Amino acid sequence: MTNSIGEILDTDLMFVIGSNTTENHPVIGNFMRQAKKRGAKLIVADPRKIDLAKIADIYLQIKPGSNIALINAMMHEIIKNDWHDKEYIAKRTEGFEKLVEHLQDFTPEKVAEVCGIKAKDIKKAAQMYAAADKAGIFYAMGITQHLSGVHATMALSNLAMLCGNIGKASAGINPLRGQNNVQGASDMGCLPGDLPGYQKVYHEEKRRKFEEAWGVKLPAKAGLTLSEIIHGGENGKIKFLYITGENPMMTDPDLKNVKKALSSIEFLVVQDIFLTETAVLADVVLPASSFAEKDGTFTNTERRIQRVRKAIEPIGDSKPDWVIYTELMNLMGYPQNYQHPADIMAEIAALVPEYAGITYERLEEVGIQWPCLDQDHPGTPILHQDKFDRGKGLFVTVDNISSAELADYDYPFIMTTGRNLYQYHAMSMTGKVDELNKKSSESYIEINAATVDRLGLKDGDQVKVSSRRGSVTTTVKATDKIAEEVMFMPMHFADAKVNYLTNTAVDKLAKIPELKVAAVRVEKV
Amino acid sequence: MAKITIDNRDYEVQDNLTIFEACRQVGIILPALMYDDRLEPVASCDLSVVELEGAKELVNACTHVISDGMKIKTQTERVKEARKKVLTSLLSEHPLECEHCSTATQCKLQIYCQEYEVTQPTQTAKRKKFPLDERNPFYIINPNKCIACNLCVRVCEELQGVGALKLTEEGYVQRKITVECESCGNCIDICPVRAIIPRKFEEEFVQELAVRDKAREEKKTRFVKTTCSYCGVGCQLELVIEQEKVIDVKPVKVPPNNGLLCVKGKFGHKYINHKDRLTKPLIKKNGKFVEATWDEAYSLIIEKYRQIKNKYGSNAFAGLSSARCTNEENYLFQKLIRMVFGTNNIDHCARL
Repeated sequence: MTNSIGEILDTDLMFVIGSNTTENHPVIGNFMRQAKKRGAKLIVADPRKIDLAKIADIYLQIKPGSNIALINAMMHEIIKNDWHDKEYIAKRTEGFEKLVEHLQDFTPEKVAEVCGIKAKDIKKAAQMYAAADKAGIFYAMGITQHLSGVHATMALSNLAMLCGNIGKASAGINPLRGQNNVQGASDMGCLPGDLPGYQKVYHEEKRRKFEEAWGVKLPAKAGLTLSEIIHGGENGKIKFLYITGENPMMTDPDLKNVKKALSSIEFLVVQDIFLTETAVLADVVLPASSFAEKDGTFTNTERRIQRVRKAIEPIGDSKPDWVIYTELMNLMGYPQNYQHPADIMAEIAALVPEYAGITYERLEEVGIQWPCLDQDHPGTPILHQDKFDRGKGLFVTVDNISSAELADYDYPFIMTTGRNLYQYHAMSMTGKVDELNKKSSESYIEINAATVDRLGLKDGDQVKVSSRRGSVTTTVKATDKIAEEVMFMPMHFADAKVNYLTNTAVDKLAKIPELKVAAVRVEKV
Repeated sequence: MAKITIDNRDYEVQDNLTIFEACRQVGIILPALMYDDRLEPVASCDLSVVELEGAKELVNACTHVISDGMKIKTQTERVKEARKKVLTSLLSEHPLECEHCSTATQCKLQIYCQEYEVTQPTQTAKRKKFPLDERNPFYIINPNKCIACNLCVRVCEELQGVGALKLTEEGYVQRKITVECESCGNCIDICPVRAIIPRKFEEEFVQELAVRDKAREEKKTRFVKTTCSYCGVGCQLELVIEQEKVIDVKPVKVPPNNGLLCVKGKFGHKYINHKDRLTKPLIKKNGKFVEATWDEAYSLIIEKYRQIKNKYGSNAFAGLSSARCTNEENYLFQKLIRMVFGTNNIDHCARL
């Protein structure tokens, strides 16, 4: 997030696109509802009529894969009516002329059909966004899990800059992170091209800093990304794979091939707190401790570094992950001398400028938002206040690209995926809680009631859902929440693993799979 | 700034505070059963009454705003008597059966009654006995304990934005039939008398009550502040620990969540002590897992590491880190992959 969660309460407008906030980030969802009660406007764009859509001033039921078309058309309308923030654009950005030229064809009338909504609603949304003084954009995987995911985030940046909404309180662009420490895992350099603090592996000076600190020579070439790693087993590239606290046998697209790939890896180590679908395939399983059994820090979606504190002793012979890594490195001949996670944080602070001012003492009462450049730095609730990292904010022109799969004769519906309130990701944690299972324990497919009728089905029927990659059997949930040609399945459930159906096509830049769009067919069983 | 006097001491405080807020700023916590700083103040309980010099009537500190030169007395006999009266009247609604109450020692009403030496009036059977509402899988509502403070109704309406609760005409909390509860449990943590409690206390811990009480006596209930392990919001919470088990979760009133939680954060903690937790390293032998010691598991990993490194080199290695582990662990993992294995083949599940 460029801004902070607490700032939501004072915003004038929220534009929520591709985020089912009240179910996936419920407490942020509450803040949004509170802001609405205080008079803020709300625009929701989502293929499903999610809970927030019910209280929205404008709800845009867009087709999956039409985000960029919508955002571009909103900008077209704003520029056409001269609603953009000229002073901000002149002072803080570049590339505006190119953007204007690029947007010429994105008229609301043309785009309306691509999005499956009315042109007048696009115009209304554009007017409302531009009219707000402090307007915040909130998005999640509904924006990013597409072939053009990265471009969609750029389109959102364009929109925010166009109306001077970056670097301002209660505004900004705010991606909502799906897991507790996605932000931190990225910050800490668990990325193939980035050392901790997004310092590029190919950058000689940055790399040398780490080489000196660690006393080894480090590779300069970027490594493989998640999907390349997993499929590296099949093509013989990867012989030894070490997976920690991740369950690709549930969460990755096209599971049939994930299983084949993982099974062909010569040596697979899985470290987890439960024997997950992935751990079952391992040669060695290491029992890790849960968050309640160790000290450390998580970094949340607003970049706030917060303490995790040990509350109970590790269960059984399990060990905290940091202890396992330290012991392994010592045994492998690379001695590490950490007595406590605070020692590791001291090393992080010395190497990562954004974390330079972080110590456990400072995090005692309330967490600190990075960048926190030194011991006296208070942290940074709002990014890009005076300038952008690169100086001026760059408008990057982007086009709407069709999804890799479109509905056709054999697979006439588009299926999209997501989570629900009562379960979390692949359920390795929530699935162990009986009460949560009482609320939601079995898979389902949401289908528009009219479509259910048309297919000769009824609510509660068992159906076979098939895509080009596989089939699963699940239960029909008839609803008016979703358009007639679109269907929705939650990703959680092992009884109908939705990722047997999803597509492996990825965004070229971020290599994120297009989990939000797969063409499917539905038959009664 | 305004100059005020509280209990004969002079203070300088911000303008426009209520007396309650002003007192709190200087470290005096007035009794209140119906106050929460996240909600608009209402003068409903009158427990926070104070005396103002020159004023005939006592005033409600929750709603009365300070003015420059105000002289406030928080502990006069008159004030104490008024508070006693309020408590006595509340007790006619609420049975003081603390010895049978699984939530004793966390109850504000009990604490105030002890402080003001108020005991149960003899005429207690004013209300009929209402049945418990046990429909929700996570919590139970006990209307008999409800003191109609309205806080749960307001947290559900004003902060959660759902409005699933109401007060009945008879003056107790009830679930609305027409509104779907999101089971966030924020009503539980705002209730001053624990008329709404997590179901697990009844279901799982009642039979262990004797053990539990003994543990409480020995003050073995521990509260550990930490960060939620679910989504990216990073709510601050306290794990409640008894007998080395996490038995409950309470929200903490700091950023980012300011005292709110969701159903997963509040109730989704049972996986921690679940029987299926992995407790020993496992090594696969002939297609089946066999329990092993850490030494055996480490030895096998190191043997394979040496073999594969010699035969195929660094780029035959890869690691997938966890977005559920700490920063320190993610840092160490990429250090292991880069430094020891010698490859940048490291990623995590940010994209999924």
